Amino acid sequence: MAAKAIEVNNLTFSYPDTDEPVLKDINFSINHGEILGIIGPTGAGKSTLAMCVNGLVPQVINGEMEGTVKVNGSKVSESSVAKMSEEVGFVFQEPENQLSQMTIEEEIAFGMGNLGVPRDEMLGRITHALDQVGLTGFEKRSPLALSGGQQQRLAIAAVLAMRPSIMIMDEPTSMLDPKGKNEVYDVLKNLKDYGMTGIIIDHEVERIAAYCDKVLVLHEGEVQMFAPSDEVFTNIRQLHELTLNAPQVTEFLASYNQTFGKDVKLSTTLEESVNNFESACK
Amino acid sequence: MEPYISVKNVSHKYPNGVTAIKDINLDIHEGEVVAILGSNGSGKTTLVKHFNGLLKPTKGEITVGTMNTKKERISKLSSQVGYVFQNPNHQTFLPSVRQELAYGCKNLKMAEEDIETRVQKAIDLFQLKERLDDNPFDLNSSQRKEVAMASIMAVSPKVIVLDEPTTGQDHKGCKRVLELVRMFKREGHIVVLITHDMHLIGELNCRTVVMNQSEKIADDHASVVFSDKGIMEEAGLQPPQITQFANQITSFDETKTYLTVESIIEWMKANKEEDVKVGTGS
Ligand SMILES: Nc1ncnc2c1ncn2[C@@H]1O[C@H](COP(=O)(O)OP(=O)(O)OP(=O)(O)O)[C@@H](O)[C@H]1O
Ligand SMILES: Nc1ncnc2c1ncn2[C@@H]1O[C@H](COP(=O)(O)OP(=O)(O)OP(=O)(O)O)[C@@H](O)[C@H]1O
Ligand SMILES: [Mg+2]
Ligand SMILES: [Mg+2]
Repeated sequence: MAAKAIEVNNLTFSYPDTDEPVLKDINFSINHGEILGIIGPTGAGKSTLAMCVNGLVPQVINGEMEGTVKVNGSKVSESSVAKMSEEVGFVFQEPENQLSQMTIEEEIAFGMGNLGVPRDEMLGRITHALDQVGLTGFEKRSPLALSGGQQQRLAIAAVLAMRPSIMIMDEPTSMLDPKGKNEVYDVLKNLKDYGMTGIIIDHEVERIAAYCDKVLVLHEGEVQMFAPSDEVFTNIRQLHELTLNAPQVTEFLASYNQTFGKDVKLSTTLEESVNNFESACK
Repeated sequence: MEPYISVKNVSHKYPNGVTAIKDINLDIHEGEVVAILGSNGSGKTTLVKHFNGLLKPTKGEITVGTMNTKKERISKLSSQVGYVFQNPNHQTFLPSVRQELAYGCKNLKMAEEDIETRVQKAIDLFQLKERLDDNPFDLNSSQRKEVAMASIMAVSPKVIVLDEPTTGQDHKGCKRVLELVRMFKREGHIVVLITHDMHLIGELNCRTVVMNQSEKIADDHASVVFSDKGIMEEAGLQPPQITQFANQITSFDETKTYLTVESIIEWMKANKEEDVKVGTGS
């Protein structure tokens, strides 16, 4: 059987000088072409987990790690961070920390330069990546002279241009306008069509429900749920216990059923919820 | 009644030649909560940075109370206008959360006792008890933003500007922001709020200004703006998922715009759901 895209076994991790591990015995795997959503309250360990997948934790950000993380079948601990960055693209939670160059063009070229992408190829990729995030025409502008959301778009473009086979995005849409949020998820979906794999962390669950194949719910360093996204988001009671929420349509159907003693089938997407509710009304 | 904040024909051109806002007119009265929506780069942050004098109009004038922002010093303006930055890296912080929370009050020479009660109230709402000795610099950006909001809450200036307060916040954090805005409103403050979080606007159901390509294109009640398809499309906005859902349900009152899950449930209860013929179960 072909190797999984990502396979995490018995992963436990502690930052230095902390009593309790921030990740506790994590197990999950995803196949090539799948998109995984990770949700969980602030401090649950989502970013730490994501950085274990590209080796930044514990190779650059130190701490004590047990268990194994494998990407495309090989152990991350046996590969360097530089080598990993060829396979795994990472969009950081705070885009500004990722930006370092004088112009937007150079910003996007920077990551590709580290991968040894030839000059001509770079130019084409820059144009394409800027187009994907709606920043065409901004090539010569300084990254500092951008709005917050534009900076976040730039950080995404820089990683897209590196064309990794696995894409990890840590709250990539937190500052984007609604249209921009949709576009980022669409980009992930398109990558999926090329057999690429994605992990996306987000606090807004509606797009996670609509776009992700599977969802992992992290809470105080432990996996509380790991299942197809429908299954996770229709389990409203457990989500609420974990201080999380389901998409508004799911919350509505559940609340409707409860208030009026009905049993309309729960759904996690807009279209299906409309259909379920309308057909129950007839 | 005279507006408290009056923006007259204001434009702002950054030194690099980008005109970020164009000929904006906007009056804000005492006690109003005003949301500013619009796509990335449409000029929202640029506009509100004028309220406390961080930016000066390159054309037009702004008055806050009796002060003309062009002539007044930032220190004087900021005693009236509290501002939580979109990017908390741009906000300066003292070396501990405890010091930071008291700083604004001390600056305004409030009485020690008064400061203590104010700070305690903020600590309680934001559950900062365990973080008082932390250096804000070591916190992540959503936590730093909470510290910034808590500090403003302690000072409680007349005008409070929150630039994307729910960015990076989990479900609980978003509810806390909502609570904070409602509290400010009850206490009669002016709140100006920039956000891409449509759920938040749905809950607040407040006056909503829409920016698009540096211009103001709408200024009305959220329910009116959200049902104006032309404006929504032009500005790349999407109403909350529950509003999109309600718009497609044939048995719902077409003349109403539902902005929250609870409001639909309440409406159904009031109209006895048998009458509106919904849900016979399956
Ligand atoms: N470099 C570090 N050193 C020590 N502790 C850390 C470090 N980075 C994170 N932590 C702690 O580890 C825990 C998990 O943090 P992490 O950033 O992974 O959470 P998260 O789920 O991504 O939260 P958020 O939703 O706020 O981004 C938190 O308690 C955090 O304070
Ligand atoms: N310091 C700056 N120098 C030059 N141009 C800038 C600067 N800051 C922002 N701009 C430009 O001004 C315009 C408006 O930016 P602004 O930050 O006001 O947008 P915004 O509506 O707040 O967007 P976002 O939703 O992304 O935060 C954008 O085109 C942006 O690129
Ligand atoms: Mg995180
Ligand atoms: Mg902004």
